[in-house]
This record gives sequence, C-alpha cells and structure tokens, in this order.
Amino acid sequence: MAKSNEPIWWSLFSAGGMVAAMMFPILIIITGILVPFGLVGDDPLNFERIRDAVSQPLVKLILFTIISLPLFHWAHRFRFTLVDVGLKSVSTLISILCYGGAIVGTIVSAVVFWTI
Amino acid sequence: MVETMKLEIFRYRPEKESVPTFQTYKVPFREDWVVLDAINHIKDEIDGTLSYRWSCQMGVCGSCGMMINNVPKLSCAAFLKDYYPDKIRIEPLTGFPVERDLIFEMDDFMTKLTEIQPYIIRKEGEEKPLDEGEYLQSPAELAHFKQYSMCINCMLCYAACPVYAIDSTFIGPAAIALGQRYNMDSRDQGRDSRQELIASHEGIWECTFVGECSAVCPKDVDPAAAIQRAKVSSTVDWFKDVLIPWGKKK
Amino acid sequence: MNTYHRPVPNTWWLKRKPYILFMIRELTSVFVAGYCIFLLVLVYKLTQGADAYGNFMAALKSPSSVALHLITLAFVLYHTITWFNLTPKILVLYRGEERVPQGLVAGTFYAGWVVVSVIVAWLVLGV
Ligand code: SF4
Ligand code: FES
Repeated sequence: MAKSNEPIWWSLFSAGGMVAAMMFPILIIITGILVPFGLVGDDPLNFERIRDAVSQPLVKLILFTIISLPLFHWAHRFRFTLVDVGLKSVSTLISILCYGGAIVGTIVSAVVFWTI
Repeated sequence: MVETMKLEIFRYRPEKESVPTFQTYKVPFREDWVVLDAINHIKDEIDGTLSYRWSCQMGVCGSCGMMINNVPKLSCAAFLKDYYPDKIRIEPLTGFPVERDLIFEMDDFMTKLTEIQPYIIRKEGEEKPLDEGEYLQSPAELAHFKQYSMCINCMLCYAACPVYAIDSTFIGPAAIALGQRYNMDSRDQGRDSRQELIASHEGIWECTFVGECSAVCPKDVDPAAAIQRAKVSSTVDWFKDVLIPWGKKK
Repeated sequence: MNTYHRPVPNTWWLKRKPYILFMIRELTSVFVAGYCIFLLVLVYKLTQGADAYGNFMAALKSPSSVALHLITLAFVLYHTITWFNLTPKILVLYRGEERVPQGLVAGTFYAGWVVVSVIVAWLVLGV
C-alpha cells in the first residue's frame, strides 16, 4: 500500500481550522459590525494606521498565516464534501482544484504582502 | 382488545425477485417487547419465510443489527414502546450487500478485521518464554485502551458511516478502533506492522469525522475518536520521517 | 448467490438530522474561504493607496456587506463551536493516571478563544 501524503494536507487543514475558529469570529465582528456602524471610536482602521502596521514584517507574517492556512482548511473540507455528494469518480481532479486553489491563494497573498 | 403495531420490513428473496420490496406485518404491541421480539413473533406466527440474524437477545453477541427507521440499532435493544403507535420501518444495515431479507453479507468486515491484526504482537526475539509468566499490566495502562476493547462487532458503526457506504475500500470504524485497541496496549509491539494499513489512504484518511459511528455504537467504543487519534499519531510519524530521515528505525 | 447492492443517493445527507448538521459543518469552510479572500482584498487595497482603501472601507457600510458579514459570522461561529467541541476526541490527555475530563479540554479552548478575541480586538482597534 502506497505511503499516503494525506498527513501534510490534514495538518494544514487542522491548523487552518484552528486559526479560523479562534480568530475569524472577532475579525468578522470588527469588519462587519463594529467598524461599519462606527461603534469603535474614531475610525481605527484608517489608512495610515493600518498601512504602517501591516508594513511591519511580523504583522505581515501573521496576517499571511491567517489568510493562507484557512484556505487549506477549506480546500481539504470542500474536497471531501464534493466526494461525499457523489463526485467520487473525479476525486483526483477535485483534489487538484481544491488544493490548487489554496496554493494559488497563498501565492497571491505572498505577493501582495511582498509589495507592501 | 390487544393493541397492535405495524412493522414494514425489507424483503429480498434472490430466487424470486431482483429488486427488494417492503412487506407490512401487524404485530401485537407489548410494553416489554423489543423490535426483535416482534420480528420473532412474525417468524413464529405469521410468516416463517422471513430471514434475519439474532442470538443473545441481550446486546452482547452483536448479530441483530438492523436499520430501524433509518437508524442503525440492535433490534434486541430497541423497544417497541419508543415508536408506538407509529409504523416502524426495518431494513438490513446499510452499506452492506443484502443476501436475503434482513441478512447482509459481512465478508468484507471479516476480512478487514483480520487485516488489522487484532492480537498482541511482540517483536522478533522479545516474546517472553512461557515459564516466565504473563505480561503484567497496571489498571492505568488498561484504561488507555479498555474502551476500544468493548466492541461486539455489531457493525452498526459501518451502517452509520456514509464514507463506507460510498466507498467500501475504507477500513471503517470498528476495525480501526480495534487496531488502536492493540496499538495502545502496553504489552503490544505491533503498531508498525498495523500502521501500513492504518496510515494508508484507505485506512484513516478517507474519514471525514461525521461522528455518527460513535453516536450509534451500543458499547460506547467511540471509534470516531480512535480514528482521529490515529490521524494525529500517523501525522507525527509522517513528519518524523520527512524531517529526520536519519532517525528512521529499521 | 445474488446479493443486492443498495445504491447510495447523492442526497443521502438529507435523510437524517445528524447528517444535515455534518454537511452544514463542512460547508462552513466555504464561508471561511470567503472571508480569507475578503482579507486578501483588503490588504490588496492597502497597496493601492489611500483612495482605493478608503472606498473599500466605505463599502463595508453597505447593507449587502453587512448582511454578508452576518451570514458569514453565523457559519463561522458554527465552525468554531463544532471545532472546539471535537477537540477532546483528538486530544486525549492524562494527568498522572487520570484522564483529563473532556469538558475541561474543550473548556480550555473556549477560554483561549475569549482571550484571543480580546487580544485581536485590542490590537486591531487599538482601544
Ligand atoms: S465499534 Fe461499536 S458500533 Fe462498531 S462494531 Fe463495535 S460495538 Fe458495534
Ligand atoms: S441478539 Fe445479540 S446483540 Fe441483539
């Protein structure tokens, strides 16, 4: 039986799931409720402040991780969801599209962070 | 007047029909009856051609599993009164090919059980001579795997598992839990030889943690947890292999 | 002997509530990915200068953005809750000879979640 490479995908899935579980609710509350309704003072997300913050290497790295890992979480889950609803016969294609999507997303965000 | 209840039972007689049908039987309703009692009543009093498996009538032998209103259950542990007065629909456990009526083919499960090597394996030359007595184990060491040793091979977990129904190459819940039962036994040294199967794609990686295997298990084996823990330890193995290739034993 | 193989319909997951909840849990990942893309666009707008970023932030006030955020929040919260609830199944810990209770394992993650949320809010909003 061939040695499986699933551990790499599963680790990324788990790490991404943990990042999303821990951080996404509060981030969504901030960008979806607190900021648009002006509930938090005087525009804390103004351009200068956020750009200066995101220019710092450590912040870049953290943000990059927060975007990239959950993409792999999606890729892994969605891949199996499609297989479960009857697309087993094209499972290889599904894997390529899902993980490929997450990899593309990761590269794009790496480029974006690089250019800041 | 006796109260009655209807049982709608899956019938498949390969010599006379190529597609299964349902047949409805009216049985007396009794407070203390389980579904298996009602089916036995049908067999004895109404229709002797109905085929199904059973033995102990006390949730130990694991042979009476059926889909009862779409949920896999031991029919000797499912009380009529929990369904009364509605009709109960009874089918053979899903995920398995049907041989006749409620009897399904369990060869695949039997093969998997043996493939998982469910017995204590000692490394070459580490088998203790008989006159040195048994391998001792503390209660704490027993606690690590005891839960996984309670399995009665009833296959309800397979019937609850959509992944197995879609692709029967998946090793499935009970067999993996049993593998873990030996892997976690302090007397066992056979993890490496089980790992080849468990860590394969068909082993644990097809599992999407639906969790229904554990929900339907009559013995609280929690096979879903066993599989997730096997994923963790197989992942640790994988990273050890990749990151420290020289650390590989053998 | 002729055995009968019952087909599995692609809608199997609609048949029982636990399977529906499972499917919802899996589909939360779509909203997770959606929010990743949102964050990515936000950072991209930063690189495009103050105007592009300003317009983007202004668009957050639109009802459709708020609605989308609320739907995403619902699904992501479902992800968070199901995720933490399953942690004790994966993380089996022993304190000496005794197994750490499952509720304590999950509870620790919930507590960590609160702490992380407060820290994130404090850093992002700079209150
Ligand atoms: S793990 Fe539970 S449900 Fe599965 S075969 Fe064993 S006793 Fe039955
Ligand atoms: S008849 Fe033995 S478990 Fe039901």
